[in-house]
Amino acid sequence: MLEIQGVSKIFNPETPSEVRSLRGVNLVLEAGSWVIIIGTNGSGKSTLLNAVAGTFLVDEGSIRLAGRDVTRWPEHARAELIGRVFQNPFSGTSPSLTIEENLSLAALRGQGRGLGWGLKQSLVGQMRDEVSRLNMGLENRLENAIGSLSGGQRQALTLLMATWLRPELLLLDEHTAALDPKSADLVIALTELVVARDKLTTLMVTHSMHQAASLGDRLIMMHRGQIIHDFQGAEKRRLRPDDLLARFEEVRRAEQLDESAAQMLAEQYI
Amino acid sequence: MSLLIGTFTIGCILSLLALGVFISFRIFAFPDITADGSVTLGAAVAATLMVHGTSPLLASLAAFGAGMLAGACTGTLYTRFKINSLLSGILVMTALYSINLHIMGKSNVSLLSVTTLATHSEQIGIKLMRGATSFDLAGWEVSVRDASVLGAVALVVALTGALLYLFLRTNLGMAMRATGDNVQMIRALGVNDGNMIIFGVAISNGLVALSGALLAQYQGFADVGMGIGMVVWGLASVIIGEALVGTNQLGTTIIGAVMGSVLFRLLVAMALRWGLSPNDLKLITAVFVFSALIVPQFLRKKRLRSAHA
Repeated sequence: MLEIQGVSKIFNPETPSEVRSLRGVNLVLEAGSWVIIIGTNGSGKSTLLNAVAGTFLVDEGSIRLAGRDVTRWPEHARAELIGRVFQNPFSGTSPSLTIEENLSLAALRGQGRGLGWGLKQSLVGQMRDEVSRLNMGLENRLENAIGSLSGGQRQALTLLMATWLRPELLLLDEHTAALDPKSADLVIALTELVVARDKLTTLMVTHSMHQAASLGDRLIMMHRGQIIHDFQGAEKRRLRPDDLLARFEEVRRAEQLDESAAQMLAEQYI
Repeated sequence: MSLLIGTFTIGCILSLLALGVFISFRIFAFPDITADGSVTLGAAVAATLMVHGTSPLLASLAAFGAGMLAGACTGTLYTRFKINSLLSGILVMTALYSINLHIMGKSNVSLLSVTTLATHSEQIGIKLMRGATSFDLAGWEVSVRDASVLGAVALVVALTGALLYLFLRTNLGMAMRATGDNVQMIRALGVNDGNMIIFGVAISNGLVALSGALLAQYQGFADVGMGIGMVVWGLASVIIGEALVGTNQLGTTIIGAVMGSVLFRLLVAMALRWGLSPNDLKLITAVFVFSALIVPQFLRKKRLRSAHA
């Protein structure tokens, strides 16, 4: 479904603030799999998601999605194949537009937009059904501006919008990190429901070790722009939050060793 | 009375400019200075065409088209060449000055001897009044010419406002509104935001140019300097309109922009009547917009301070 091959990205090349965000990342997702990405800060996990979404073009490597080479496609063109939910609950919706207007924009994801009337009766009826399934009482507030809703409500709606048309790939970029625990649980429950119902291929970044252990059928761990662990099948099912924390600790130790070793070498040879 | 009707007429004509500024400044948050040039562009195109015998209706539509082209240039400079939004507008506006002179061939074109939309509406008005040239309105003598021009302009504005409202609720129009609201989201939904901005700024300048075309026909001439300060004028109208209607629902903001334009023109006419020098008009307008922009901030700060005390 998704094939990432040898993808590299350097931000601000040849300046003091040069960052090698992705270093030859390879990752193949099978259709219907739900892959969790974890990693330290600056490990490149969000960057990898953005590379797939087309926020920037990669320096090296190729990205194939649903049988098509999308490596050079601009962001808006890739949206035909990809549904996205962002970390910031304000990023996924248009605040001054109403709930129904936002949803009707999503109902045309990746399609041309002409002079057709935006809010068709049949579509609004469908919206009412879908929104009432969120159990947030929003079905009677479809004509309210989205800006008046809470972060959790907006994130739930963003998820609904991202999956209104079944995407070939769903990208979730720490989509519960900015929510209070209760809203986060709600959004996670909704995510599980939608992903299972539509058998979505999903790539999800998370900070929560609990989510990482309990969700998905595969987990990859990133560090310094590379994939350092890849747990699948039974191995993934056995993982507990503590195991993941232990892995992070390993990485941290290795890091320290590297630095002290480098220092020792520097003292001896320079 | 004639003066009052004239004030309303110009207020209505300039409300098309206000709608244009509303689209660029409020919907796209794009500070588009091109409008100063496209007012004149619209006037120049319409006037020149009419002098060469084109029907005033076609000439006005051509002015709209020319304005759209100018706006598309500004939008392209901004989106494709990544030039700062203000600078994009300034570049096109500056270029338009020469273009306008080329179109007119001189610095102003008189329309006193040609048939304009104003003459047309006057003829229709006189026909409706069975040949009378004035009538009595609550004790005031009103000239049929003035009243019918105002009627025609009000009709054009109502029609344009309604069309704009309907357009902004189509799939395309909603995508444009969302582009100004949240670019990240609209890209994620597969919309080319650059194209939306180009198209939006084009429509904005089309309306501004139409406003210029109607203004030239009303006052009987097109002049190369008539666009100076028009952006600020439009912005003042939009700000007054927002204060008048108070909400940010789409329909009411459009009506607000029209009302704001008429009210602002009325205020200006009163100020001129009371002895304000016309030379000071643009200074006063600028000061007005300045205070309209900072007073809300100032009040908020003051409220915060009193809340702390």
